[in-house]
Amino acid sequence: MCGIAGIIHKGRRANVGAEMTSMLQALKHRGPDSTGYAVYGDPSEGEYVMRVKIAEAEDMELGRSIHDRLEERIEAVDAILASHEAEVKVKERVRPYALRYVLNHDGDTGDMAGHIEETEGVEILSLGNGLELIKDLGDAGSVAEAYGLNDFEGTHGIGHTRMATESDVDIKSAHPYWAFPYNDVSVVHNGQITNYWIMRREMERKGHRFMSDCDSELLAVYTAHHLANGVQLEESLRRSIDEIDGVFTYLVCTKDQLGMAKDTMAAKPLVLYESDDLIAMASEEVAIRTIFPEEIDTYDPYDEEVRVWQA
Amino acid sequence: MPGISDAELREMTQEERVNALGMTTEQLTGKSLYIEFDPDAQERFAYPWAPDVDFNKRTEFDAGDLTNTEVNARIRELMAEGYGTIVLQNPRGKHSLAVGILSRLNLIIEGSTGYFGVGLIDGPNVRINGRVGWSCAENMMSGTVVVEKNAGSTFGAAIRGGDLVCRGSVGSRTGIDMKGGTIIVGGDTGALSGFMMQRGRMVVCGNAGKNLGDSMYDGTIYVGGEIRSLGVDAVTADLTQLDKDWLTRKLTQYGLMPGSGVDHFTKIVAGKQLWNYDNLEPNEKKLIL
Repeated sequence: MCGIAGIIHKGRRANVGAEMTSMLQALKHRGPDSTGYAVYGDPSEGEYVMRVKIAEAEDMELGRSIHDRLEERIEAVDAILASHEAEVKVKERVRPYALRYVLNHDGDTGDMAGHIEETEGVEILSLGNGLELIKDLGDAGSVAEAYGLNDFEGTHGIGHTRMATESDVDIKSAHPYWAFPYNDVSVVHNGQITNYWIMRREMERKGHRFMSDCDSELLAVYTAHHLANGVQLEESLRRSIDEIDGVFTYLVCTKDQLGMAKDTMAAKPLVLYESDDLIAMASEEVAIRTIFPEEIDTYDPYDEEVRVWQA
Repeated sequence: MPGISDAELREMTQEERVNALGMTTEQLTGKSLYIEFDPDAQERFAYPWAPDVDFNKRTEFDAGDLTNTEVNARIRELMAEGYGTIVLQNPRGKHSLAVGILSRLNLIIEGSTGYFGVGLIDGPNVRINGRVGWSCAENMMSGTVVVEKNAGSTFGAAIRGGDLVCRGSVGSRTGIDMKGGTIIVGGDTGALSGFMMQRGRMVVCGNAGKNLGDSMYDGTIYVGGEIRSLGVDAVTADLTQLDKDWLTRKLTQYGLMPGSGVDHFTKIVAGKQLWNYDNLEPNEKKLIL
């Protein structure tokens, strides 16, 4: 089933981490397997935040040898960063299998990211000026606490609670997906894409890489492909309705935008609330109500509807 | 029976009565499948275990900190105590609120509900001063439900009777598989509304999305605004004076009568080209084969 949620504040910052946690926790019944966030703080040109996963959570049960391997992987990542002349300003090991770097880098971040992912067991969850992408097993409350998200100040964010259907319960299949190698672009999705393999092969022929077999990753790669070719986010969302088959509602964030698209059947839910200050959305109204206890006016977007909002 | 008296019903012909009650007139496969409401029998239209409630006995409670199961249990407790008018405060979008109420009750919900609100009801009059999520009043048998704001998709899925009204706009697949009753939408409705509709009437004062009435077996849809496209086997029909009278009465009853009247409404019915029925039940067919 899965649950998705998003919020964007217009021209101001707020405690987006706590807001997203509140909404995602209310959607736990739609997907208890994993929870993910893509939240956007202050973008800083030339300074990048990189979130890296060096193992799956379940790998930590493999015994002592996994710890040696994780150290080797971290050393490999550090060496690659150094070879690309990236200055590491902050390096945090948030979880035994998850790291957060803050980097200064003037070179090609896509080339550097590709190089890092050549390391066995290493996956970059996100890379960008403002994006922080966190995903792990468990509900929103436990993930937010483990990663210190409840105090995160920012302008916008999206999140996902996952009920695994066609791929494993692991972090690599959890949402959001970073639109590798496009900085600051993330995607969450509720639905099933029925021409996944056709579209995946098309994207692979164009040089894009996939880290999982989860159909939702396709939307991130598809969006990245369009944005990298100069297509605006709104146009990319519109094209997806014609080119991607299946039932889906998905949300996309960039450094300063949040967009949504709903398929031609409108079979996957989304409830929207718009005010002068912010826009909030979720698979179910009960999620939005957790941050607006007062009575508000909400509505369902229709089939083939595309919207983009600016922070 | 608001707006029409028992005496008036008795004076009507069968067709007029069935139309006035919002039922269908068609006879499928030579067998009449509708059940005509007998005004003389209305007192017997109550379940034997239904609580004896007094509409003048009113109470309210706060649902904010209760689970949906606790809210529904509380409603039943209050009905057992004889309360006929219950006000539910702070629903906060919770799912499955006020489901399965099978007797008379005035229920006022001050706020918005989530999925499957007031589903499986048979008899209560419900006013929701907020928005409702997907599948509001699914499988409703009788009573009235009035939603003051917008509604999600599959509004009134498979309803069999009663009046279901949304003053705002509703999502997709409104009245999917409806088997009777009346759905009235003050605003717009989304794609595939009336999909596989079998009986009853749907009124949309605003616009309708694509594939309206797709694969409908029977029933009638009236649309006041634009129709993006008709579904398979849905066709337009002449708006008769009987239709106009019925629309005027129903829309006036719920305060949704357009200033321009109802003459501009488009009437949609089943083309019945997809019908593959015969007059034989499966066991009868076996005897022949």
